[in-house]
Amino acid sequence: MTAAARMPRPDAPTGSVRLLAGSVESGAPAKWADHLARYGPLPVGVDGPAELIDLVDRSGLRGRGGAGFPMSRKLRTVAAGRGRPVVVANGCDGDPATVKDAKLLEFAPHLVIDGVLLACHAVGADEATICVGEGDAHAWYVYAALQARRHEEITIRVAQVPHRYVASEESALVNFLNTGDARPTVTPPRPAERGVGGRPTLVDNVETLAHLALITRFGAEWFRAAGTAESPGTTLVTVGGAVRRPGVYEVELGTPVGAVLAEAGGESEPLQAVQMGGLGGSWMPIEQTHALPLAHEDCREAGTVMGSAALVALPERACGIAETARTLRYLAVESAGQCGPCMFGLPAIADDVDDLVRGGDASGDTLDRLRNRLGTIQGRGACAHPDGATRFAAAALRVFADDIADHAAGRPCPWSHAAPWLPVPAPTSQDARK
Amino acid sequence: MGDGARVGLEVDPIMCRGHGLCAELLPEQVVLDEWGYPQLASPEVPPSLRAQARAAVNACPTLALRLQRLDGGARPS
Repeated sequence: MTAAARMPRPDAPTGSVRLLAGSVESGAPAKWADHLARYGPLPVGVDGPAELIDLVDRSGLRGRGGAGFPMSRKLRTVAAGRGRPVVVANGCDGDPATVKDAKLLEFAPHLVIDGVLLACHAVGADEATICVGEGDAHAWYVYAALQARRHEEITIRVAQVPHRYVASEESALVNFLNTGDARPTVTPPRPAERGVGGRPTLVDNVETLAHLALITRFGAEWFRAAGTAESPGTTLVTVGGAVRRPGVYEVELGTPVGAVLAEAGGESEPLQAVQMGGLGGSWMPIEQTHALPLAHEDCREAGTVMGSAALVALPERACGIAETARTLRYLAVESAGQCGPCMFGLPAIADDVDDLVRGGDASGDTLDRLRNRLGTIQGRGACAHPDGATRFAAAALRVFADDIADHAAGRPCPWSHAAPWLPVPAPTSQDARK
Repeated sequence: MGDGARVGLEVDPIMCRGHGLCAELLPEQVVLDEWGYPQLASPEVPPSLRAQARAAVNACPTLALRLQRLDGGARPS
């Protein structure tokens, strides 16, 4: 270690801003010197791999990529695998409603790199890859940060992954790194067992790794001082839609959704619903979101999904069905086109919802067929893409039931053709497929 | 696969191209969805249907259908 290792450790961040503490205080992306001054050097060599994994276990850190899987379990699986493990940091912001990976990599790239090095130490990996979206502007900060730390013992490279919706799914990332084809594969084997180069592969979101960097410095108890018992710590949330200051915020897990919206300046006009968990997420009526704690277990219990902590506030002056239809069309086109029920099923349900928007379903046949299709498609893809799309559509049928009835009765809302609120990108080119 | 072992069918959704032979050979266990892709009625194949299930597995042109042991080391379904 360098002379930096002998510097006294700065105080742990207090309050809910931890990962972004350095950049919030300085207002600028953290360079290497800023990073050392704010968080202190990485305490490498203090703990062996087993102690480090135990520390993660005690901290209760869950993955921040969407599934909320306990990180220590993944670390143990990879460490116990056959062959020398590999670490992959996912910074692709796979869901268009999420831009928190970009924010983190721009403002605190060294925390992510610390986390990557620690994860390598924990599982015994000697190489790692940080994945970003192809051509992403914030990739520059990652390259610059890696350049500043080019003397680290572990080789960390950057991979630019196509901006397809399913490309940053865990098995798709591994497939991309192995073959250049960013489409999901059938699991098992899971990447943790056999991933990059056939080696046990730890795929973790960049935010999860950044939390690891703080836990190693300030301890499991400190980490647990924020958040809930089951979902400890803070999380980055991407807040969009009809709020006064859309953007990325860091809040304690378990913060009520209403308070998260308030953090983003509060509603800019009266709201009717919140889209949670990204485009493949779910809808919640606004009155049920105010007190809902933003944590995996609470969201699950309430019948919604936290996912990668994206919230989009939908105003009253918007058509929830039209928003859903647009999103489903996007998700249908973004199917990798490998599994029949996804390849044919998603366009079919997108057509059905289009029909509901147009109000062409006086008999209710479309609605019946759609419900039937949602049940048929669920769980039949190699990855969870069709599951996300069907969950999202099913939530729309519940939350916007009255609107659907109005549309069907020939009373469509005035907002069906209004500008979209959900951040649905133009579908990517089919040429990107192999 | 010994006679005592519980077995189940599994479809590899990427390999499957919806030829539909499985539903022809094993209608008791496989129904096709509206796009022609198989849906399994039950996670387990009863002993009385094993021979038919094996025939369906062997007939699959894309090798997408597999017979798996359900207990002891096999993946849960």
